[in-house]
Formats: sequence, C-alpha cells, structure tokens
Amino acid sequence: MYQTGNMVKELAEKHGRKRESLMPILQEIVRKHNYLTDDVMVAVATELDISAAEVYGTASFYTFLDTQERGKNVIRVCKTITCSMKGKNDIVSTLEDILKIKVGETTPDKMFTLLETNCIGWCHKAPAILINDMPYTDLTPETVIDVVKGYMR
Amino acid sequence: MVTLKINEQEVKVAEGTTVLEAAKKLGVIIPTLCNHPDLCVAGNCRVCVVEQTGARTLIAACAMPVSEGMDIHTNSLKVRNARKHIVELLLSEHRADCTKCYKNQKCELQTLANEYSFGEHIFLDLVEDHSYSIDRSSPAFIKDDSKCIRCQRCVRTCSQLQHVSAIAVANKGAHMKISSFHDRPMSHVVCTNCGQCVNRCPTGALTEKTYIDQVWDAIYDPEKHVVVQTAPAVRVALGEDLGYDPGERVTGKMVTALRQLGFDSVLDTDFTADLTIIEEGTELLTRLKKVLVENDHSMALPMFTSCSPGWIKFIEHKYPQMLPNLSTCKSPQQMFGALAKTFYAQKRKLDPSKIVSVSIMPCTAKKYEADRPEMRSSGYKDIDFVLTTRELAVMIKQAGIDFRSLEPDNYDSIMGTSTGAGVIFGATGGVMEAALRTAYELVTGKPVPFKNLNIMPVRGMEGVKEATIKIEGTTEEWRFLEGAELKVAIAHGLVNANKIAKAVSTGKAQYHFIEIMACPGGCLGGGGQPIPTNAAIRQKRMEAIYSEDMHMDLRKSHENPEIIAIYNEFLEKPNGHKSHELLHTHYIERESY
Repeated sequence: MYQTGNMVKELAEKHGRKRESLMPILQEIVRKHNYLTDDVMVAVATELDISAAEVYGTASFYTFLDTQERGKNVIRVCKTITCSMKGKNDIVSTLEDILKIKVGETTPDKMFTLLETNCIGWCHKAPAILINDMPYTDLTPETVIDVVKGYMR
Repeated sequence: MVTLKINEQEVKVAEGTTVLEAAKKLGVIIPTLCNHPDLCVAGNCRVCVVEQTGARTLIAACAMPVSEGMDIHTNSLKVRNARKHIVELLLSEHRADCTKCYKNQKCELQTLANEYSFGEHIFLDLVEDHSYSIDRSSPAFIKDDSKCIRCQRCVRTCSQLQHVSAIAVANKGAHMKISSFHDRPMSHVVCTNCGQCVNRCPTGALTEKTYIDQVWDAIYDPEKHVVVQTAPAVRVALGEDLGYDPGERVTGKMVTALRQLGFDSVLDTDFTADLTIIEEGTELLTRLKKVLVENDHSMALPMFTSCSPGWIKFIEHKYPQMLPNLSTCKSPQQMFGALAKTFYAQKRKLDPSKIVSVSIMPCTAKKYEADRPEMRSSGYKDIDFVLTTRELAVMIKQAGIDFRSLEPDNYDSIMGTSTGAGVIFGATGGVMEAALRTAYELVTGKPVPFKNLNIMPVRGMEGVKEATIKIEGTTEEWRFLEGAELKVAIAHGLVNANKIAKAVSTGKAQYHFIEIMACPGGCLGGGGQPIPTNAAIRQKRMEAIYSEDMHMDLRKSHENPEIIAIYNEFLEKPNGHKSHELLHTHYIERESY
C-alpha cells in the first residue's frame, strides 16, 4: 500500500479535472505505483467530481490499470496462441517455481507479481513476457531465470 | 421534415427523429429493452434492429436518426431471425427461473422471449459458468447479477437522473458487469436506495426487497394490531397496477381494499404530512428569526426539507458539510411510526409491543429509512414494514379482491384525517406549497395571496423552480418579517438537487427554504411506483394529486382538526419537548464512494 497524499491533487492540476483527464491521471498513478488503491480511486473521483464507481469501472476495463495490490515488478506472460505454441507454459511454470507463487499472485516481499496477458505484439519472437514496461523475447526456461534474477536485487 | 417508408407506409417526421419514434407514429411496434424514454439512447441490447434497404447491416431503430427516402422493414425474415438470435443470446446469460422470479409476468425480457424464443434454445446456457452474485445487503432492494442483461438502464438512471452513479459498468467482454465501487455491497456505497433503477430494470436483476409475507404474517397473527398508513402518491398510482389508466384517483377503493386485506386500522400518512408542515414550518420561522433578527448563526439557512430519504442519504454522502441545513423533522412516514406506538397506542389503549406498523409508500428508500437505527423513538422499531405501491397491488391480487367493484370508503380516525396540503406532498413543489399555505397565514393572519390557494410558481415539472414570496401585513409577533421576501427553491431528481446543493454550498445561490425530492416529479415518480413510470405518466399522476387537493374540504395543514387535537392532547406545542423526542432526528456523515 502506498499513501495517496497530495498526489491526486497535483495530477488533477497537471491534467485537468474534466472527464477526459481520468485516463492520464490513472495511467500516471499506475506508472508510479503499479496499481490503484481504493483510496486513490476515491480521491480521483472526488477531485474530478465523478463517482468512485465510475473510476473503478474505467480502471477495471483496462488490464494494465490494476485495482489489486501489485508487487514492485509486474511480470506479464503473453498467453496468446503463438506464445502458447512456442512454450509459454514452460515459461509460466519456471516463473512459478522460482518466484514460488502462482499466476495472479504477488510474492510476500511484494517484489513480484506474476500475471498472464493477451498478445503484446512479439509473436515473431515468441514466447515473450513483459516486466513492467520492458519486453523480453525468444525466452527459454533458462533465459527467463536470468532475466528475473536481474530484477531480484 | 423527413419522409421515409416503414413497412411500405410513408411517414413524415422531423429531422433528428429516430426510426423507432417514426415507427411509433405509424403504430408499428418495434421491441426494445435498453431504451427508456427517461434516458439517453444506449443502443446496446440490439433488440430493436430493423432492415434498411441498401444498408449492409441491420440497424438499431432506437439509435438511428431518420433520413430522407429511407426504406425500413421491421418484420422481414432477416429481422425476425436476428431478433430471435439476439433474444436467445440474452437468455443464454440470464438465469431464467421465471416461475420463481419476483418479476414473473412483469419482465420485459420474458415478454420478448414469449414472442421470439419458444421451444428449444439454440445457444448454450452460460449462467452456470459465471459466478454471479446476489446482493441483498440493502434493506430496500436486491441486485441479482444472474438476471442482468447489461442493458445499463440502471447505470444511466443512476447517473443521468440522480447524479449518484453508485453503479457503473465494470470489467469487459464476458466479465462485464454492473458494479458498485470495487463491487462493494450496495449497503456500503453512495446508493441512496431511491429505487429509480429498480423502476427501470427490464428484468428481475433489480427488484425491491419485498416484505409482503411478513405483513401477511402480522395480519394473520391474532395477537397483533396492524396499522397501515398510505403515502399521498400511492393513491394516484395504485390503479395503474390494477388495470386503470394513469392518473386515476383510487383513494376510497384503496382504503376499502386495505380493510379487506385485514389491517386493523387504515390510516393516512397525509395526517403526518400535515404534522410535518406544522413542525417544519415552525422550525423554518425559528431559524429565520434566529439568523436574521437575533444574529444567532448556530442555526443554518437555507433550510432544506427532509421528507425524502433518498435525498437525506445523498446529502449525507455528498454534502455532509450542509447537514446543519437539513430540517431536523423526520419524514411523515417516521413521524407516523413514532406516534403510532405512543400517541395512538395510548388513545386506543393498546400495548405498543403488540402494534405492527406498516406503511405503503411510492418509495424504496423508505424501506431503508425505516431501518435506520435513529428511527426507534417510540422504544420500538417505529415502522415495522414498508411496502411499495407495487407490493400493495400484489397483495390486493393475492387476496382475490376485485378492486374495480369496491365501494370507496374513508380512512379511520386518530391519525387518519388530512388536508389537501398533506396530499400535495406527493408532487414536486407540494411540500413547499403546503408549508407556504400555513407559514404565510401564521405570520400574517391571512391566506397566501394566490387564487384558490394554488401556488402555481412552485408547481410543475421544471427540474429546478424558484419563487419569491413577499410577506406583507404581518402580525405583531412576526413584525420582523414585514416586507421580507422569502426566497424558495424546489428541485426534484437528485441531478437537480445536486445543482441546488452545489450552488448553495459555493454561495452562488441565496435562498431561505428549499424543497428537495430525490425522484423525478417527487414521490409520484418514486422508485416504488408502478412500472412503467415516465414523463407522460408522471404528468398524469401530478394532475391527479392536485385534483385530489382541490376535492378536499380542508386544504391547509393547520386547519386539520386532528392536528389541533394532537397538540392539545399530546404534543403540547410545535417543536416542543415531546416533538423533539418523537418527531425530530439527526443525520450522519457518510463516505463519498
């Protein structure tokens, strides 16, 4: 959990308080903190004078605007057909083994969250994952361990 | 004007008219689900698809504006097949346990299924694959996602009519659902329980929480003395659920029906509406005196009315800083409840623990109001059960009463006598008009200076109304008000209430007294009223309310003999000690989500 503080007010000053400011505000919060807390969604709603249910509705529509607590690093494994055919399942089980969590879970130290995602456009270099904003491609169970270890420090 | 053809018939309509409206003009029926005359076009259920010659795909009649030379077919093979598939796709995600459903035979989807989808269904039933939830947390209504077809009438209602948006569309694709903030229980979010969504839901996904069985149990219990009160707006709408056209007044027949149902005493919320006027009017004058004359700002102006429990919850959530501006008067329902188990019990020599107090309301929020912990000033739950107009109609049908053939009758006495001022509480502007009729006369000794006591500026369906009443010829006691201009405002529908609340809270508007009703049209358009409710029907009910007022012998609250008697015998004086104990309340600041 992170503190909301003045962040939302500052973002509203920056992006404006119209309905169309909602997305950039939410995106910037997620960029900074990886997910949206209930408090932050209520604060955004208050700032923009819309309802909290609408903020939640918008956030829940977009996979990348998480409303569940996420770790510092969010790993998204592409689950679409090409990656599946090129060994996505092995990548997932390798990640589950080294992180000791299942897909959808966050490590107890809040360092990693493991998720699946729809196509991220790297079919030609499948299987692919995203860690935060960074794609890693042509993965094997061996190389994905190295990639994740790079984030463990 | 635009000329087009629908099913080979030519029709001329204004530009901007939709195909659906044009068809209606010709008497051609196109089925709809997501469409509602009170709400903006959504075009998401697709049930209204029609064929346009030359167009590549079928078009949604509700959303498509007419164009010159259009050639529309509403009943071609292509249309029929598409409609059948659309209805069946909706059914494949709808838990169709119709015989057990509260909306059985009142469900718009069921009607369509009846027309388009009998026999074997062609699509798989997907209901079992979804983990739908049923939210029973509110005392006023039930939200059953397994019956939701995601037409979003409720979402549009909550946002456009009520400016609450307690519910919105969440998630996407197959997981899309109508959700509160983070799917929290409806009892724990900004929902005002107004029931406008319930009134508009085409299926059984949103229904009032019914207490019919509990009321029957009380009636059949020989130990119990069951009193019933009926709200002003019920008598002008109940008929609609019993085969009458909108706008029919059925007061006398309703009283007879209630007696035949087995209620021990049939009484009138209009009586406590009159009482509210005395209490609230006195409170207003006290506030005016304190603030304007004595410069004592411990009391706030403007004063807002407090009869509408949907409005109360709205202000508690959204404008808690203005709670001191709310009149402390309980609503007529709750005043009645508090008096039924005290004053009425004493007069009738009844043990209040044996009294069951039932109210018939045009409202679902009243169910919530009756459940508020503050509403136990008699030492018992002041109101035991609240039924909507619709539920009363169900009971009348259950009892096998032929409503049309009933002889009209009068209310019982002790809290059954009322005036026209009490009746007009059911329409937007009515509380204001009733209050002015009494307050003006109290201050000046003369009736309000309007023909037949009809204060026309406060009437009508305008969202926000304003009026200024000049006070002239005051009596000695009220000399400080001589020449003063009392500025009043009226709003109905929370979207309009929000406009006024915002203007007042930012200091942009200066009023003394503001009437707010949560529902469009006031109580006559309440969430518990017969379905459908729309602008044309609200208009009819409003005309009926004012005609009921005109037919009353007494039309000013302070002339109600039972009101005079209750102050003499029991309450002593308006805003007195006993009043404060029984008839006034306080409010709570609530979360903003």
